[in-house]
Amino acid sequence: MSTDEAGQGGPSAGGPGNSAEDHGGSGGNLIQLVTPAGERISHPEFDPWVQEITDENLCSLYEDMMVVRRIDVEATALQRQGELALWPPLLGQEASQIGSGRALRDDDFVFSSYRENGVAYCRGVGLTDIIRVWRGNASAGWDPYTINMATPQIIIGAQTLHATGYAMGIQNDGADSVAITYFGDGATSEGDVNEAMVFAASFQVPVVFFCQNNQWAISEPVRLQSHIQLADRATGFGIPSMRVDGNDVLAVMAATRVALDRARRGGGPTFIEAVTYRMGPHTTADDPTRYRDPNELEDWAAKDPISRVASLLERKGLFTEELQQHVHVKADAVAREMRLGCTTMPDPEPLDIFKHVYSSPNSWLDRQQDHYSRYLASFGDPAGAASEEGAR
Amino acid sequence: MIKEFRLPDLGEGLTESEILSWKVGVGDTVSLNQVIAEVETAKAVVELPSPFAGVITALHEQPGTIVEVGKPIVSFEVADDGGEQPSTATPAGVGANHAGAWSGANGGGSGPAAGSGAVDSNSVEAGASTRQPNLVGYGAVVESSGRPVRRSRILAAPPAAPVSPGRTPEAPAAVEPSLEIPGAPAGERPRSTPPVRKLAKDLGVELAEVTGSGPGGLITRDDVRKFIGGGDLPAAARNLGAAPDGQGTTAGARASEEREVRTPIRGVRKFTAAAMVASAFTAPHVTEFLTIDVTPAMDLLARLKASRAFAGYKLTPLTLGAKAVLIALRRNPSLNSRWDDARQEIVQFNYVNLGIAAATPRGLTVPNIKDADTLSLTELSEALTGLTETARAGKTSPAELSGGTISITNIGVFGIDAGTPILNPGEAAILALGAVRRAPWEFQGEVALRQVMTLSLSFDHRLVDGEQGSRFLADVGAILADPGMVLTMV
Repeated sequence: MSTDEAGQGGPSAGGPGNSAEDHGGSGGNLIQLVTPAGERISHPEFDPWVQEITDENLCSLYEDMMVVRRIDVEATALQRQGELALWPPLLGQEASQIGSGRALRDDDFVFSSYRENGVAYCRGVGLTDIIRVWRGNASAGWDPYTINMATPQIIIGAQTLHATGYAMGIQNDGADSVAITYFGDGATSEGDVNEAMVFAASFQVPVVFFCQNNQWAISEPVRLQSHIQLADRATGFGIPSMRVDGNDVLAVMAATRVALDRARRGGGPTFIEAVTYRMGPHTTADDPTRYRDPNELEDWAAKDPISRVASLLERKGLFTEELQQHVHVKADAVAREMRLGCTTMPDPEPLDIFKHVYSSPNSWLDRQQDHYSRYLASFGDPAGAASEEGAR
Repeated sequence: MIKEFRLPDLGEGLTESEILSWKVGVGDTVSLNQVIAEVETAKAVVELPSPFAGVITALHEQPGTIVEVGKPIVSFEVADDGGEQPSTATPAGVGANHAGAWSGANGGGSGPAAGSGAVDSNSVEAGASTRQPNLVGYGAVVESSGRPVRRSRILAAPPAAPVSPGRTPEAPAAVEPSLEIPGAPAGERPRSTPPVRKLAKDLGVELAEVTGSGPGGLITRDDVRKFIGGGDLPAAARNLGAAPDGQGTTAGARASEEREVRTPIRGVRKFTAAAMVASAFTAPHVTEFLTIDVTPAMDLLARLKASRAFAGYKLTPLTLGAKAVLIALRRNPSLNSRWDDARQEIVQFNYVNLGIAAATPRGLTVPNIKDADTLSLTELSEALTGLTETARAGKTSPAELSGGTISITNIGVFGIDAGTPILNPGEAAILALGAVRRAPWEFQGEVALRQVMTLSLSFDHRLVDGEQGSRFLADVGAILADPGMVLTMV
């Protein structure tokens, strides 16, 4: 494994300990349980947290990642076919999302950015609901309380404040659930994220800051934003942090469990930096070839999170024809369901714009709605209510 | 059942894309999500995955064509179930072979990283200068294509205190606010093909000014060449001559094109319009007229032309008119000032950047001669000649277009006598020189045929009172009517 020499300052031995390293100098404490070649390596501190993961669980994680990648590829195709206005691909970040998403309890609450469709999948989101917003058919895809996941936040980093506030609520309730918030490397430079960390530390609330460091804030490389590891930023707030190989689904799961456990036991917030890579564009409207070195992509392709699990399964003799066939069929079915849901999604009614604005009646909005419905009625109903209109 | 695939908006607000290549041909059977074409948007090179499983029955656009969003580009014969049922074909990324997962996933269309390798290596080398960095969320690239765009000037107001007469490197940005057209709407790029764009670039032609005669307004090589030779033909004439094979145009649509031609508002026309509207509705204009007997000035012009000292210089009524303006300004400096609304100050210029309205193939521009008040008559003559030639060649630099302090428009060359010129934004006055005509005129108590000219002066009544405007106009008139009067003025 000598795939990671591009784009970094220091020499790299390329050994298993730092194979997910890309930028920055230290990289000492990168948590890794499976090497890019699929070799399970022991880690005294984190092994216990994934001890009970069975072979079956491992196959299931593989399936999740494959299905999520398929969702991502299909949605990207739907965008290219004009069925979606935009799509933010997560390609390459499957392990970070599945590993953490599968560590959560049902009563935990997720506050994510727009790229966490893998996490949403883990939370059991409806396939059509994922793409509703991207098709422009709704302001939000789902009811957050049905799956305990807020709808994606487009404002960079704003969701960290929501999560911290929610965690303060958990604390007041005396519950042992946890709020987890997902954001990217670029968001750590935003005021919102820093404010959220200040509050989280001050009140020691049960929140997990899960940063997927995918190396690029659109076109800005992370090394321009931070001269230290992102995980080290949390230290300044007095928040314990971990730096984990974000392409290693087991390591991500272990780290997330550590953080969740600390929060449940009243230990306050934790910051996780999952070191991964956005293999695709920022969104379907972006062209990463304009700003990044193709060699870098190649290097990270060699650390593909799915290949890694597949290799691990292969070593364990679990990567059978049946498994592959099963996953293949499942991914196909999911893609088919999502595509059908997308292309047959009814257009919203004009008056739907007034729904979901306030939770309680609002006279001002009612007035606007009344005006708008009368305006709409002034066009008449081509179907046959013309007489009714005419009588008015 | 035939199904059409219309070109989608491939990235947040794009209006068109260029077909780079087709990956399939008519008669090919394709599966869902199979890559059928490579297209380049303003933002990226992307692969188009097929939305249907079926047989290709028609490719509507050739590679190299720029296609509007919403236009059909390919037709499929699909089974009657709609063809939208995912076939067994899957994006290779989810295929059984995990090792292929990464590369295959790209093939499924997940981004420009895929397939753009070949294109990219070219474009990085050859197209590096043409491919603007344009990232997500920025909308379509606003086409600039080398035309001097007056945007990069200093936006800050010029120093309030009048600077030393003569050489002031920081010319006030007099024309800018109204010419500032932020982010022209997307989709303004005239339709043409890359070779034609190259040709136009080589020839210095602004494509926005050319009316296309091809299908859907496509600009052809001939259009560009015609534009150079003898100016742009009336669009109607070309439309009449256009081959009636324009795809998708019905007979009715063609007929309506012939009867009225609709040209998008853009380019210099758009800037001019904005500047004029801004000027007309912010500065209260007053226009005064003065008709004078310029026979003595014309006689002087004739003598100067014949003299050795002025041999080789191009002397015209404009030259004398410009000189007269510069002399009259010394006595009436308020005509050479600016209303700085933002700072609530009046800027009095102690130098004159003399703007000359020039009709160019691209439309009206008003380049100015810097520090014209310091120039001798020969220098002024040279500057005028140079300025006009540069403007006609379309090579006026943004610096020459900004910082004017007063302008002259020479409507006389069109045989016009008088008008009510609109101020160049940011300036206090503009003088129109009418045609010099032989007309019966009072001369020494008799009616005689004299050379007569009308001066039309518009000024900003916020800055200039009727008295000052009238005195200035009278001074210019006096100089042209009797050049010897200069002796009493300087």
